[in-house]
Amino acid sequence: MATSKVIERKPLTFAEKTFLPQIATGLKTTFGNMLKKPITLQYPEERPVIPDNYRGVPTLVKDPNGREKCVSCQLCEFVCPPKAIRITPGEIDAEAEPDRAHVEKAPQEFEINMLRCIYCGFCQEVCPEEAIYLQDVFSLSGYSREEMINKKDKLYELGGTLPDQHFKWDKKKAAELKGNPGH
Amino acid sequence: MTLFEEWLPVILPVIFALVMISVFMGMCAYAVLAERKICSYIQGRVGPNRTRLPLIGNVPILGDFLTGLGLFQPAADGLKFLFKEEITPGHVKLGYYYLAPIIALTPALTTMVVLPFGRYVDAAGVVQPLALANLDVGFLFILAISSLGVYGIVLAGWASNSKYPFLGAIRSTAQMISYELALGVSILPVFMWSAAPGSEYGMSLFGVVQSQETLWLGIWQPLSALIFLVAIFAETNRLPFDMAESETDLVGGFHTEYGAFKFGLFFVAEYAHIIMGSAIFVLLFAGGWHFLPGLADPWPAGVTGAVCSALWFLAKVGFMIFFFIWIRWTLPRFRYDQVMSLGWKILLPLAVGNLVFNTLLIALIDAL
Repeated sequence: MATSKVIERKPLTFAEKTFLPQIATGLKTTFGNMLKKPITLQYPEERPVIPDNYRGVPTLVKDPNGREKCVSCQLCEFVCPPKAIRITPGEIDAEAEPDRAHVEKAPQEFEINMLRCIYCGFCQEVCPEEAIYLQDVFSLSGYSREEMINKKDKLYELGGTLPDQHFKWDKKKAAELKGNPGH
Repeated sequence: MTLFEEWLPVILPVIFALVMISVFMGMCAYAVLAERKICSYIQGRVGPNRTRLPLIGNVPILGDFLTGLGLFQPAADGLKFLFKEEITPGHVKLGYYYLAPIIALTPALTTMVVLPFGRYVDAAGVVQPLALANLDVGFLFILAISSLGVYGIVLAGWASNSKYPFLGAIRSTAQMISYELALGVSILPVFMWSAAPGSEYGMSLFGVVQSQETLWLGIWQPLSALIFLVAIFAETNRLPFDMAESETDLVGGFHTEYGAFKFGLFFVAEYAHIIMGSAIFVLLFAGGWHFLPGLADPWPAGVTGAVCSALWFLAKVGFMIFFFIWIRWTLPRFRYDQVMSLGWKILLPLAVGNLVFNTLLIALIDAL
């Protein structure tokens, strides 16, 4: 059974009734606050520290050799809950990258509609090639709906290179040189 | 030349008045800045620090420093009020609507006529006040004129023809009337001591300050000083007593229907009242331009001494303005009934009691 307890309130002393000591305490507090360093961040010049696992704008990354990681498997397009991603698969240019051409595909066009994106990070989770990452970009704006659709070049520009240690194509090449072409 | 000499007594006061108005308005503008800066420091913010004037703002270190202090902000604020679209609501009574901000500002600017802000020693070796007019009834003049300020608020509330401004105006009227009594009664002992029979100064503010040469009145009349301070807060409609505005329950009170420069006038009037209130408090209770209690004034002779005394006075006024702002960002607003009960049930009886006590004391001293 719930019990209620009546708290006894002490009658105020004379000093408390005048409120003057309390006002003095308050003034002391606010003056102390005045001497403290302001916590304001001068935003455009100073940026907040973004934690490592922050889910910002989704971006495409390249591997340390500057190759596109995305092989346009379209898993992210499939998993994307708001259907913000749209991939047009394409061939890899055989002259530029003879190793990869006709082995893997690459996106001809990769669009993420940032008006639809909900920053859930499913695309990053699902990507088998670790090609798409939600990084630390948190502010984006545009004047039109078209501007808010991030195209492939914009995505790579935002993403940059992720210094991972997979070196998939280097390993393949090393295996081939060792006489193990079927690797 | 003769014509010039003939007109000199007319021209000089006009020039003095213009100089004083410019200084006073400048102080109002920078009081607004001080309010914004101090409140942001108290709240852990930085306050206005972006406005930059073209030439002086581009000086390498100084420009950045002044910009960071927000020293150019008042110019931007004033220009904003000037160039904003002048919106007049359709339901207002036009004549009164435009009259109200003017009436709000005028008394605050008028009272500074009798305000002594320094002292000099004239050719005959007599200490004279630096003031536009040294009236014998100086303080009565200030009381009379400054209470006209409430008419601006009342008119604004009435002319706005809308309920929140009207409520604010009514509250403000009631509050001003209640606290003016305590205000007037609380300073009577001050003049009873300073303008004793045989004293040459009468009720002039200069006389009060001169009587505090050795001891500030605030120190040996603390109750008067306290009541006066509280009443001045109420008279200037500052935060613990800003019944007229109280954003939370009255939107913005009498400002609600005002925009652009008319709002600017109200705003300046509020700060003009604060500066006047601070100045009067310093004159009456904090020794005016006298150095420190118990110490002789170190002001040198001649013009330097006059300037020193005026600067010292200004420094004290500056501290009082800071105190006004400091209180505003420390205390919450009173409830309306608390304001009334504080005014009528506590301050007024205290002030009357103080008056009676001092009267008896003086009578006792006279009888001995």
